[in-house]
Amino acid sequence: MMKKCKVFVPFGALGGGIRQEAFQNAMRLKPDIISTDAGSTDSGPYYLGTGKGKYARKAVQRDMELILTAAHEAGIPVTIGTAGTCGSDSGVDEFAEIAVEIARKHGFSMKLAKIYTEQSPEEMKSRFAAGKIHPMEGAPKISPETFDTCSHIVALAGMEPFKEALSNGADVVICGRATDTAVIAAFPLMKGCDPAATWHAAKTAECGGVCTTDVEGGVFLTIDETGFTVESPSPEGSCSAFGISAHLLYENADPVCLTEPGIVIDTSKSVYTELGDGKVRVEGTTIEYRPYTMKLEGSGPAGFQTVSIVGIQDRDVMKDPMTWIRTMQDYVQKKLDAFGLDRSRYSYSIRPYGYNAVTGTAVPKGFVPNELAIMLLVTAETQELATQVAKVFNPYLLHFPVHPERPMPSFAFPFSPIECERGQLYSFRLYHLVELDDPLELCRIVYEEV
Amino acid sequence: MAKIKELVSYVRSKNAGPFWLTMDLFFDSKDKYMTLANSPGFTRQTLSEVFDVKAENIKIFYLPDLKVVKVSFPRKVIQGSPYDTDMHGGQQYVSVLDLEL
Repeated sequence: MMKKCKVFVPFGALGGGIRQEAFQNAMRLKPDIISTDAGSTDSGPYYLGTGKGKYARKAVQRDMELILTAAHEAGIPVTIGTAGTCGSDSGVDEFAEIAVEIARKHGFSMKLAKIYTEQSPEEMKSRFAAGKIHPMEGAPKISPETFDTCSHIVALAGMEPFKEALSNGADVVICGRATDTAVIAAFPLMKGCDPAATWHAAKTAECGGVCTTDVEGGVFLTIDETGFTVESPSPEGSCSAFGISAHLLYENADPVCLTEPGIVIDTSKSVYTELGDGKVRVEGTTIEYRPYTMKLEGSGPAGFQTVSIVGIQDRDVMKDPMTWIRTMQDYVQKKLDAFGLDRSRYSYSIRPYGYNAVTGTAVPKGFVPNELAIMLLVTAETQELATQVAKVFNPYLLHFPVHPERPMPSFAFPFSPIECERGQLYSFRLYHLVELDDPLELCRIVYEEV
Repeated sequence: MAKIKELVSYVRSKNAGPFWLTMDLFFDSKDKYMTLANSPGFTRQTLSEVFDVKAENIKIFYLPDLKVVKVSFPRKVIQGSPYDTDMHGGQQYVSVLDLEL
C-alpha cells in the first residue's frame, strides 16, 4: 500500500485563530497530525531581543486548547514550532505551561516534548573560532564579540528533533525556533512520504490558509510517495494551481528553490494540477541533499528610543514641509551642540507621516498635504539622553516659524508630555549558518509526562 | 510609454528574513508580462536607482508560467534598525509603480 500522511495546518501562526467550521471539517478528514508554526522574525528584533512573544496569552490559550483537545480525541500527535514568536527557551516554557494547564483542565494525560534551540554565546564563539559559522548572503559582518552583544541567539531546528521526539512517543512537541517547514515535514517524512513532495507541501502550508482563498480557514495536506494534494478545509476556501505555485514566492527570496537544513528542493519541474473540488495536486519536485547546517538568529540591545509627534495643518508649513523640517532641524542641531551633547551618543530621524515618511521617495509635483504628523525619533545610548535630546526639540516642534518676522505659530501636540519613552531598542545581529555533524547537537529535548 | 502600475494586476513587497526584501509583480496576460520582462526600464540598473541598492546585489527572477516577475535584494537598512521605516517591508513596492517601461 502506498505510504500516505495527512497533515492539518490550522494556523499561519498559533495565536492567529481559525474559523470554527473549517477546523471541524479538517478534523472530519481524519488528519494523522496537527502541525503549526508560532513565530517568525517578521515582527522585528524586539521579540528575540527580549525573548517575549507577540500574541496575547489568551489567543495562544484559545488556539492551543482547540488543537490539543481535538488531537487528544482523535488520538493523533501535535507539533508546534517557534514557540513564543521568537523561539526562545522562555517561549517554549510559556507554551509548555499553557499546554499543561489545558491537559489538566480537560483531565487527559500526555507526553510532552520540549525542544530548546537557544544557544549560548560561548558555544557559538567556539564554533565561530573553529570556522564552522558562515555568513549568508546579505549578512552583517561579525566578530566573536557579536555573539556577546546578543541577548538571545537561536538556531533554527530542522525536522530531526521533531522526529526524535515523535519517535520517543511524544504526543505534543513544543519546539523553540524551527524552520516553518520542519514542524510540518517531520511526521510525513517519518511515515515514508516522498521527501521532495513533503518539503514542498510543508512550504506551501507554512502560512496556514494563506495559500488558499480563505486565509482564516487553515490548510489540509495529503502527502504520499509521489506528490501531495492540498485543499482548504473551509467551506469558503479553495485552492488553485496558480495560488499554490505562487505561494513559493511568498517571503522567500528565491522563487524556485527552497533551502532547509541539509536539503534544497527545486520546484522548476513541479506540475500543479487542479483536481476539482478546489484541490490541487503537486508532483515532480526534486530534492538534493547538502551538508547539514542550521541558520542562526541573534538580537540584542541597540540603545533606547524616545518619540515625539506633532500634528501640523499650518498652510505655510504644508506648502513646503521638507524645508520647514530641514530649517528646524539645523536650528535645533546647533542648540544640541551648544549644550555639549555629543553627537556620537545619539541620532535621530524626523519623519513626515502624510508626506513621504514611509519610503522617503519624492512626492508628486505640486503636492500640498492638508495636514501632517511629524514624528521625531531619537535613538541614544541611554533613555535619559534620548529624552533629553527630544526635549531640546520640544519647543521647536511646537513653535518653529516659517516666517520668523511674523507672530509665533503653535502647532498641535496630541498629548502632554510630548516625549514618549519607547524603552530599549533591539537589532538583529546574525544571519549565519552553522555547520553541524549531528542535526541534534544544538537541540536539547526534555520530556514531561503530564 | 507605460508605467508599471498600468500593467500589473497585483504587486506586493515583503521581508524575506531581516536582511532581504522581496517584491512580486503579477500580470494577467502574457503580453503585459512580456512588456515588463523585455523592458529596458525594468533592469537591475533602474531598480538600483529606485531602491538605492547596488545593481549587482539585485536578483530578478522571470517566471513566465506564472506570469510573475520577482525581485529580491538586500535591505538598505536592516529590519527594525533605527532608520527602518517599514518593519515588514510591505510598502516598498509603491516606489516602482510609476517606473516607466
